[in-house]
Amino acid sequence: MKARIVSGLVPFLGLVLLWMLLWGQFTWLALVTGVLLALLVSAVFYLPAVRLSGRFNPWRALVFFLRLVWDIVRASLQIAWLAVGPGYRPSNAIIAVPLRTRSDLVMTFTAEAVSLVPGSIVLDIDRESATLYLHALNVHSVSEVPALKREVLATERRLILAAGSADDLARLREAEAGSGPSSSTGAASGTPSTREGGAS
Amino acid sequence: MTPADLFSFDIDGVPGIGIRDIVTAVLVLLAALMCFAAGVGLLRFPDVLSRLHAATKPQILGLIAIVADVAVTNPSLGTITLAVAIVFFQALTAPASAHMAGRAAYRTDHFRRDLLVIDEFTPRDPRSDM
Repeated sequence: MKARIVSGLVPFLGLVLLWMLLWGQFTWLALVTGVLLALLVSAVFYLPAVRLSGRFNPWRALVFFLRLVWDIVRASLQIAWLAVGPGYRPSNAIIAVPLRTRSDLVMTFTAEAVSLVPGSIVLDIDRESATLYLHALNVHSVSEVPALKREVLATERRLILAAGSADDLARLREAEAGSGPSSSTGAASGTPSTREGGAS
Repeated sequence: MTPADLFSFDIDGVPGIGIRDIVTAVLVLLAALMCFAAGVGLLRFPDVLSRLHAATKPQILGLIAIVADVAVTNPSLGTITLAVAIVFFQALTAPASAHMAGRAAYRTDHFRRDLLVIDEFTPRDPRSDM
């Protein structure tokens, strides 16, 4: 019940905050108009509720965020060099990465983060098995693929540690204790009923 | 500021150019380089999927640099909050738009299959079968 209230409140407060950010002022007027608009927006543009896990680790979130910024800088410089530098030989790969999470939110943010880090764009997502299909730039041989997959799983790991549900956390530990990063069996065995996370 | 001022680096003195101007110049230059590289990438990369990489990644660093530059030149609460909002939403929406374009390109087969070293994407949707 508590998780449900928080799940509704966080997007609402996010809207109010966005309104105040856009105005660039933190005044009572901005707050009141923001709350009114947030009410209007959530009533008119209704979306299915996002289930937050109810777990948040600020330190892990900071680690995730700093790593994301670093990755963005690294990826941008890499691709910029690839574009303007000499001797570019095109060679790409499309890889499938089975994630361990069952939460839509963690899956979405992993997909977002992975698109910003070096060399990958999300082509498609299989929501049932939580599999990301990524297009990777500048992959010259199949032997580079496992390293790419490990990087994606590491991003997911940082996200789960920061804000994943207890259910996801247990799944992560299980996958790591088991066959390591290539445990596609653990990702495929989840049932649809457990996918929203166990925080209700 | 006249062009001659560009060469008078009185960093701790009042006249001439301060540290803030140097930071500004570096950020603008970085942003310009990144946007230039994104443009070159768009032309030079061989297919839609590769070009999407050029369209998302150097461009986001360029945007961050130019927005940081505006915030440094004009450090008021309003500018900084707006800058944060711009970067946050660009970072959220750029991957989403790249994903939509990439998915469309894959499903309609508008990409160079011969450039792939591996393709682990088995289409489940019958419409995407060739």
